[in-house]
Amino acid sequence: MEISDKELKQWSRIGSRAAFGIAALELGATVDDLIILSGDTSTSAGLERFKKSYPEKFQDVGIAEQNMMGIAAGLASEGITVYTATFAPFQTMRCCEQIKVNLGYMSHKVCFVGLASGLVLGNLGYTHCSIEDVAVMRSIPNISVVSPADCGETVKAVLAAAEYGSSVYIRLTGEAKNPAVYKTDYDFEIGKAITLREGEDITIIAGGTMVYKSLQAAEMLSESGLSVAVVNMHTVKPIDITVIDRACETTKLLVTIEEHSVIGGLGSAVAEYKSTLVNTPPQFTIGIPDTYSKAGEYADLLQTHGLSSEQIAENIASKYEILSS
Amino acid sequence: MEGREKIIQDIEKMARRMRGHVLETSLAAGASSSHFGGGLSIVDITATLYGAIMKFDKDNPLWSERDRFILSKGHGCLGYYTALVEAGFISIEELVQTFERTNTDLPGHPVINKKKGIEFSNGSLGMGLSLGIGVALAGRRRNRTYKVYVIMGDGECNEGSVWEAIMAAPHFKLDQLVAFIDRNNFQQTGANEEIMNIGDVGQKFISFGWNVLEIDGHDIGEIYDALLKETVPGKPTAIVAHTIKGKGFSFSENNNDWHHKILSKSQYELALTELNND
Repeated sequence: MEISDKELKQWSRIGSRAAFGIAALELGATVDDLIILSGDTSTSAGLERFKKSYPEKFQDVGIAEQNMMGIAAGLASEGITVYTATFAPFQTMRCCEQIKVNLGYMSHKVCFVGLASGLVLGNLGYTHCSIEDVAVMRSIPNISVVSPADCGETVKAVLAAAEYGSSVYIRLTGEAKNPAVYKTDYDFEIGKAITLREGEDITIIAGGTMVYKSLQAAEMLSESGLSVAVVNMHTVKPIDITVIDRACETTKLLVTIEEHSVIGGLGSAVAEYKSTLVNTPPQFTIGIPDTYSKAGEYADLLQTHGLSSEQIAENIASKYEILSS
Repeated sequence: MEGREKIIQDIEKMARRMRGHVLETSLAAGASSSHFGGGLSIVDITATLYGAIMKFDKDNPLWSERDRFILSKGHGCLGYYTALVEAGFISIEELVQTFERTNTDLPGHPVINKKKGIEFSNGSLGMGLSLGIGVALAGRRRNRTYKVYVIMGDGECNEGSVWEAIMAAPHFKLDQLVAFIDRNNFQQTGANEEIMNIGDVGQKFISFGWNVLEIDGHDIGEIYDALLKETVPGKPTAIVAHTIKGKGFSFSENNNDWHHKILSKSQYELALTELNND
């Protein structure tokens, strides 16, 4: 699918869920043997147009995520291309055992999309936030985990997942106004990280919404004289070790940033590999601390957890200063 | 009727041989033990399915029109593997020599292996009916005529996901789906009534919109007739099979100690005598 600059700009104003709906329309037009399952979430998943355009490729299964993942695996076992979509906590942890046995243990391929992951539904409370999903999904064999940086990447990841060799968990983050990291189309491959900016002092490795914030933070840091590289690690599993190798060779501090718990997510994935290397620079893990804060607006919660661009820049600067002194 | 009687006699013989295979396998399993009771309660059902009802081709295990079988109560695998032995998918030697051994294809819960006739991995309860719904939806979408048979335990029906699936199957009007409930009245640590009473499970299925049959799950004639009965258009069929956990041997029938237990040599010999005198 060719994507125009204009589309990338438009999609940045509709959010990742509506972007999933756009990808679904493309799938509907190009994949014959396709079914998208919804857990009474067709509107939330941006699937209203898909549902009308391809009724034979859409199936609601009601608010029953365990059954949804079983049905998905049953369909997949017969060779059908299957996507499922519901809110991230229910798409991952509510049906975790079904994911483990059906998609992991048996390797039935399903692309499952977690809507509104991270903190974006913070005003609804932490039942609807998802700060644990990457950690949990990442631990299950035969499942890849992708966290797109923006709406354009959401479309590209959803389409790439259809061709990928295993089940893929696609974690959607951010609000309707979801700033574009990419202004023009580019090559996307699951498992292959993208270096967005080169630097000599610090490498930031980020995923999801934190990619854009990292670029902003890197710009702020450059104004104070620090040279900061930024990597879009859109795939948390399998992690792209080549960029970690390179970051360790070329820069003096690694920083991981994620809209996820500091336990088990991108930071852990990077550390698991980095700990096998010798003479590497230290790693600073930025994410949501191991706690549930009070509910609140998205921007406020990002602030609470130190995930605004300004806070990221300040925290990195002070960490780097301590290391240098 | 002569044809029917001959078929039923043959299945009865097959079920007896399967109980013999269960004994050999359990004895060979030794200290690793086996799920003896819940395997024996489904033997007559799996014998009827594999002996007379299901379409399959052991030389072409991926035949698109084959009927699909899902042992949702995966711990009942002795009642499944022994049917696969009779159907020619696996040899009795492989079963006896490798059951629950290191690197086996036949562990204590089934692992997907289509060459050996095993459609899905099971063991975590409450998942098989959902898989069956997916497989049935796929069949309808592709205009296939295969049927999907799922065996669930009555204890398994404690799992909430079972009821999600029970609600969905009639909604999707899956009349090619048949679910057995192995109503042996026991679960791991006691009687259903003590642990979690599922009450009149047939009525529960009826209220969810299923076509429900209640049978004696050890009467081959009743099992056979239930499976040949015309289905109700638009409704999945649930067959509540009233069974005896540990069926076939005096020491194990309705004795829940045999949920998972080591079979001693003397018990094996007693059981063999009982089987031969039956």
